[in-house]
Amino acid sequence: MSTALLDIHGLRHTFPKADGGDLLVLDGIELEVAQGQIVGLLGRTGSGKSTLLRLIAGLAQPSDGTVTYLGQPVNGPAPGIAMVFQGFALFPWLTVLENVQLGLEALGLPEPEIRKRALAAIDLTGLDGYESAYPRELSGGMRQRVGFARALVVHPNILLMDEPFSALDVLTAETLRTDFLELWGDGKLPIKGVILVTHNIEEAVLMCDRILLFSNNPGRIIREIAVDLRQPRNRLDPQFRDLVEKIYVAMTARTPAAQTERQITINTALPRVSANLFSGLIETLAAAPYSGRADLPVLADELHMEIDDLFPVAEAMQMFHFAEVEGGDIKLTDTGKQFVELGTDDRKKLFQRQMLTYIPLAAHIRRVLQERANHVAPRSRFLDELEDHMSTDDAEHTLRAVTAWGRFGEAFAYDDDSGMFSLENPT
Amino acid sequence: MRVFVPISVGGWARLFSRWDVLAVLLILGLLVFLGTASRHLFQPLAELQRSPPSLDPVNLPEYAARTTLRMLVAMALSLLFTFTYATLAAKSRRAERLLIPMLDILQSVPILGFISVTVVFFMALAPGKVLGAEFAAIFAIFTSQAWNMAFSFYQSLRTVPTELIEASRNFRLTPWMSFWRVDVPFAMPQLIWNMMMSMSGSWFFVVASEAISVGNTTVTLPGVGSYIALAIQQQNLRAVGWAIGTMLVVILIYDQVLFRPLVAWADRFRFEQEPGIIAPRSWVLDILRRSRIVDRMTRPFAALWHYTMIPHRPNVEVAVKHAPQTRRGWIAFQSGLIVSVLAALALWQSASFILEGIKLADVGTTLLLGLATLARVVVLIALASAIWVPVGVWVGTRPYAALLVQPVAQFLAAFPANVLFPIVVSLIVAWKLNPNIWLSPLMILGTQWYILFNVIAGASALPAELRAAGANFRIRGWLWWRRIALPAVLPYYVTGAITASGGSWNASIVAEVASWGNERLEAKGLGAYIAQQTDAGNFHHIVLGIAVMSLYVVIINRVFWRPLYLYAERKFRLG
Repeated sequence: MSTALLDIHGLRHTFPKADGGDLLVLDGIELEVAQGQIVGLLGRTGSGKSTLLRLIAGLAQPSDGTVTYLGQPVNGPAPGIAMVFQGFALFPWLTVLENVQLGLEALGLPEPEIRKRALAAIDLTGLDGYESAYPRELSGGMRQRVGFARALVVHPNILLMDEPFSALDVLTAETLRTDFLELWGDGKLPIKGVILVTHNIEEAVLMCDRILLFSNNPGRIIREIAVDLRQPRNRLDPQFRDLVEKIYVAMTARTPAAQTERQITINTALPRVSANLFSGLIETLAAAPYSGRADLPVLADELHMEIDDLFPVAEAMQMFHFAEVEGGDIKLTDTGKQFVELGTDDRKKLFQRQMLTYIPLAAHIRRVLQERANHVAPRSRFLDELEDHMSTDDAEHTLRAVTAWGRFGEAFAYDDDSGMFSLENPT
Repeated sequence: MRVFVPISVGGWARLFSRWDVLAVLLILGLLVFLGTASRHLFQPLAELQRSPPSLDPVNLPEYAARTTLRMLVAMALSLLFTFTYATLAAKSRRAERLLIPMLDILQSVPILGFISVTVVFFMALAPGKVLGAEFAAIFAIFTSQAWNMAFSFYQSLRTVPTELIEASRNFRLTPWMSFWRVDVPFAMPQLIWNMMMSMSGSWFFVVASEAISVGNTTVTLPGVGSYIALAIQQQNLRAVGWAIGTMLVVILIYDQVLFRPLVAWADRFRFEQEPGIIAPRSWVLDILRRSRIVDRMTRPFAALWHYTMIPHRPNVEVAVKHAPQTRRGWIAFQSGLIVSVLAALALWQSASFILEGIKLADVGTTLLLGLATLARVVVLIALASAIWVPVGVWVGTRPYAALLVQPVAQFLAAFPANVLFPIVVSLIVAWKLNPNIWLSPLMILGTQWYILFNVIAGASALPAELRAAGANFRIRGWLWWRRIALPAVLPYYVTGAITASGGSWNASIVAEVASWGNERLEAKGLGAYIAQQTDAGNFHHIVLGIAVMSLYVVIINRVFWRPLYLYAERKFRLG
């Protein structure tokens, strides 16, 4: 066995914060990719998995630790590492053929060689006949095929995929996955290893040989799961379902439970979940067939929600003590059940009570407003406080979340023109 | 697999198509035009005096050709400036800090000021030759075109989507390659729109730049501008008419031969990928594209161009620059220091130059005159807004009207104020009006159209759904204007008003002094001051006047327009 394709050791990465400090996004990452593997990086938004992919691609440098590709440290975009992008990243002013040729032109290859390889890649990805089309003339699926052709044509050793199917509809995504796995299984792809970033659990189980689960804030690898199922895999296979369930359990065991353990404080980042989604999910859970308790994978499947949609709601419901999440299940609390029975006004009152009791930031804003003589306070004041503890984006999101909740629960009002919180709604 | 042949293989049976014939005609015409128009460049200046411009309309085609050539050369220079200056500003944080404010200021310096200050320098470059005067004129036209193009390019470069940048880095494009394959294409549609605006705007200054007269130095270059100047001097109304007609024809030709093909060609660079939008077409572009001769003739150039894209060094890894925290502060300090030293030097230079020949009282006078011009600009912008916002909304909500009005407004924007002097001056003299008031409208003559353009664009961008909702709730009259129309066009209106206001300041130098034959009217204002000092060749006072005007423009932009723009952008931008 030769050296590993890719070796990541002790990797740590920070982003600069507004106040000059550093925000830790990736910590203690150890990863080795051997030849012939598809490795999945699975986690929620904010787990740093896309950042890790960019570090591997040499688009950024890690703050600490090493990324080694075929025994050489990665100091910049390396030949032999090609990427497929979530939003396709095609150049709209180049035709399909020109898009595919671009990477070869940058290599300075002779013209006939470029043409030959580009046409071969176009053939391989099923784009025959589309050579002179512009990306805007293509459907999403066809566009992503161009993305694949463009990456494959440079004959990379490692193919990096950044949620390549998430911008496509369900059927198209499935076709592309199957086509890719078939080519990969038949050894037709000029690549030796694949790293796939995804937040879709089933996609990870369907495609990967190994799955690394990432935690949030900062991103750490919390678990590694080997997938030994033979290709082609069947989503309905009991072993497949077991693996999906196992990942759900692993991911829920970590995130929301950990949140309650280490007490929510004023400075906890809050998920942006609308009150409508809240009510909707509580009602769904209370009704048949769930009657207060649901298996998360089943619920996700039923509601067509991916973990990025479902987990924040579950987390928020848990914060409000409307539900509990454990072992891959979500269960309504008594308060949650009570919520379903109430009319709009009483729901708002209950929502307000839970919020002021269990969300310290909301209670804090309310207290400040009550203490001030005129009962108003600028938004920037709270934003500044939050920014000392989290990234600017997170602070903004958290404050927006709490503003929306405060409005729904009528705990406080906010006027965007003046940027002021106040106790009174306009009467 | 489809066989792909990289040349046009329409069969050899017909060696030439009609497209070839048309293409050859077009290109030959262009070559002849360039040849005749540039023939005079190396003649001595005395030649100009021997054959002074005449008002015979027979000369107009030649004059038009020469004016056109000047504008084209200036446009080429503006592009060169745009590609270098704006790129540097967008790619280097350090350079950006200095270059962007500098561009802000350059934009505020009155264009005619550039002429009066630089003409001597350019004449000295080619002593005794027409070339020097041509340089000065071209430079003046350049200054009326370059700044907004550079701004647009800079802003486009700043908004290239991250994924595209990452893709080009992942596929290891060389910097030269990614500039031409990623940056320029992305910026192209916006840049072409700005080139059209620049071309319109520069007509206004062609008149002034072809009849250069600073103190004792007077040079009249043959062209449409100098023709108009002469017609005004000789009170020849018919000649003024001929000149306007010529301008109309030239603007039409520009539109058909240059801009329409460019717009149609640049359509593929549109970043929004929705299909279904009707693509702009151009017959000239069709001819060029379908012609095999053009294809064959341009192929060597295309190959050469392609050759520059090939990485000739082994394509080594481009290391990611990673400035550690501690060094960032040091760099900021260093660049801060360099900029301060440069600024101090520049301040000392200009202060000592101005103070040499200027008393403190002069400064006070110019500031006061600036206030007079400011008052005019404010009133005129308010008046123009009151007229053109409703008209623009009316036109913009009716697609057919918009199609009709847009080109007309574009022509009117190119209309130099000078050609209206005869009418305005005669009226003021005949009715014994106060020139302080009645000369003012000339200032906004060319610039008010920017308000109209932008409001039309804003009104046509109002989604049909919103208009339907308004109709559905029976929102009419003043309520409709207040709640739907005005908020929807506000961001667009502000953009237009900024251009109009800056342009009016610029135009004040021409508009506050008007003459028709021996009749000469003056309004009190900073524009008139600069014009007078230019006539007198009073360099220190010219520079003072220009500096004060720039100061006014910059302050108004920073204190009034910028906050208003940010507010409108935040609050009323749809989507």
